[in-house]
Amino acid sequence: MSINLKRRFWAAGLILLFFVGWELFCVISGMSDLILPRPSQVLATLVQRFPVLWPHILQTLATTMLGFVLGVALGVVLGAIIGVSRTAYDTAYPLLIGFSSIPKVAVVPIFVLWFGSGTVPAVLTSLSICFFPIVVNIATGLATTEPEMEDVLKALGASKFDILWNVGLPRTMPFFFASLKVAITYAFVGTVLAETVASNRGIGNVMMTASSNFNVPLVFAGLFILAGLGVALYVAFSLIEMRVTGWATRKNDFAAA
Amino acid sequence: MKFAIVKGAPPEPASPTRAALAVELSQTSVTFGSGASAVPALSETTMRIPDGEFVALVGPSGCGKSTILRLVSGLVQPSTGAVIVGGREIAAKALRIGMAFQNPTMLPWLTIEQNVMLPLKIVEPFRSRFRQEKRGGFRDKVHGLLAQVGLSGFAGKYPWQLSGGMLQRANLCRALIHEPRMLLLDEPFGALDQFTREELWAILQELWLAHRPTVLLVTHDLREAGFLASRICVMSARPGRILDDSPVEFARPRSIAMTFEPDFVALNQRLRELIVDARSAQTAGSA
Repeated sequence: MSINLKRRFWAAGLILLFFVGWELFCVISGMSDLILPRPSQVLATLVQRFPVLWPHILQTLATTMLGFVLGVALGVVLGAIIGVSRTAYDTAYPLLIGFSSIPKVAVVPIFVLWFGSGTVPAVLTSLSICFFPIVVNIATGLATTEPEMEDVLKALGASKFDILWNVGLPRTMPFFFASLKVAITYAFVGTVLAETVASNRGIGNVMMTASSNFNVPLVFAGLFILAGLGVALYVAFSLIEMRVTGWATRKNDFAAA
Repeated sequence: MKFAIVKGAPPEPASPTRAALAVELSQTSVTFGSGASAVPALSETTMRIPDGEFVALVGPSGCGKSTILRLVSGLVQPSTGAVIVGGREIAAKALRIGMAFQNPTMLPWLTIEQNVMLPLKIVEPFRSRFRQEKRGGFRDKVHGLLAQVGLSGFAGKYPWQLSGGMLQRANLCRALIHEPRMLLLDEPFGALDQFTREELWAILQELWLAHRPTVLLVTHDLREAGFLASRICVMSARPGRILDDSPVEFARPRSIAMTFEPDFVALNQRLRELIVDARSAQTAGSA
């Protein structure tokens, strides 16, 4: 426990050091706040403009969560199909890899063309960027079931569904949660990307507008908000992960933080 | 002591002796793959195992011992011939057979109790009562069996908290919990040290004497075969055939000390020679 506490202390210390260093750098070098505002300035802007920012925060959060949930659902279904069936794996994998290699910035204009600007393209962008790690991890988890375990269950007369339910899915959980943590960060990238390109709401849009007005502290305030949301959701999923798949992370307690 | 296996005998009509047979392989062969890459694994093997017998299969590596297990469990279909288990031709649907491998394959997210209980969740008639009884009757059943193998007090532990020998005991419990009429063991003690192995032989013997399932044990250890089995089949090199089939008539319960007596050593010696011959026949054949 004391080692754990020490580790947290150092982690907090490093974060503090980062911001203090930044502040000092700005003060000493006399850097213009049009280029790099001081963290204290960013924080002041954040507090001062919070009532205006709040609806945008909610917008970005809602869009991200919607894209994320849809992406996870799609990813789980595709991953399960690919992981269970060798034929599906061989057939669908090349297409999936092709799709996932497309830079998603290039897809946003197409979504805008189809659905207009606003929430829909943002949801779709975040969906399309976050489902791939889920597919890969679910498929890997299912495909790595021990053959002996399968033999034991088949000899008992277990159906394919019995094996999937009792062995395949629980086995996949650690892979699934690892991919959720990656996917939630990706989902934010997708939302903010679409918001900067084609939306009049959301943190991405706020940052875009602020930067064209040279309100650099507000741009940085947007970054702080995104970082905060990202960390909060990452922690939330880590906590759920600890509860569901503690058996797989018994040796390292830093998975919790 | 020794008798040759009857080859090519026509399947008998339904008779009382037939009903008492747990397993019957008649002219069974298995070939993996097809065309030029076909690998014959088992050639025209005929074998009869009466209900409640403990049969050990020994032979050189890769001779098709495990193939016989997979045939009996329905995991592999015969290329020619027939496999009859429990009076029925083996179909895709196996008959609640208990299996254990060298790798204990305990599921890491379940406790030992939950792991051992797994077959009850799958096999009828337990399956339909599982929800009601998993905290009652089934639990007592699991604890009773765990106590028989010396694992009482470990039911709530997770697999990573147990040693290899303990995991293998739990593995035996999982293979027996649903009271199978047939138990298939593929080198279950292969990865254990000599002393743990001997301890588990005694436990397996006790379990067999108490529950009397038909057992088919694949092993490389001739002392293990002699200690446990009531009959030993020696197989030739790939593609496997049964070269020798002898009953083992030492009185039960057998003790480890018995394995050092002259009769036992002689049996061991004879089996050893058979396998050495089979191995050298293979080397000569491939040269």
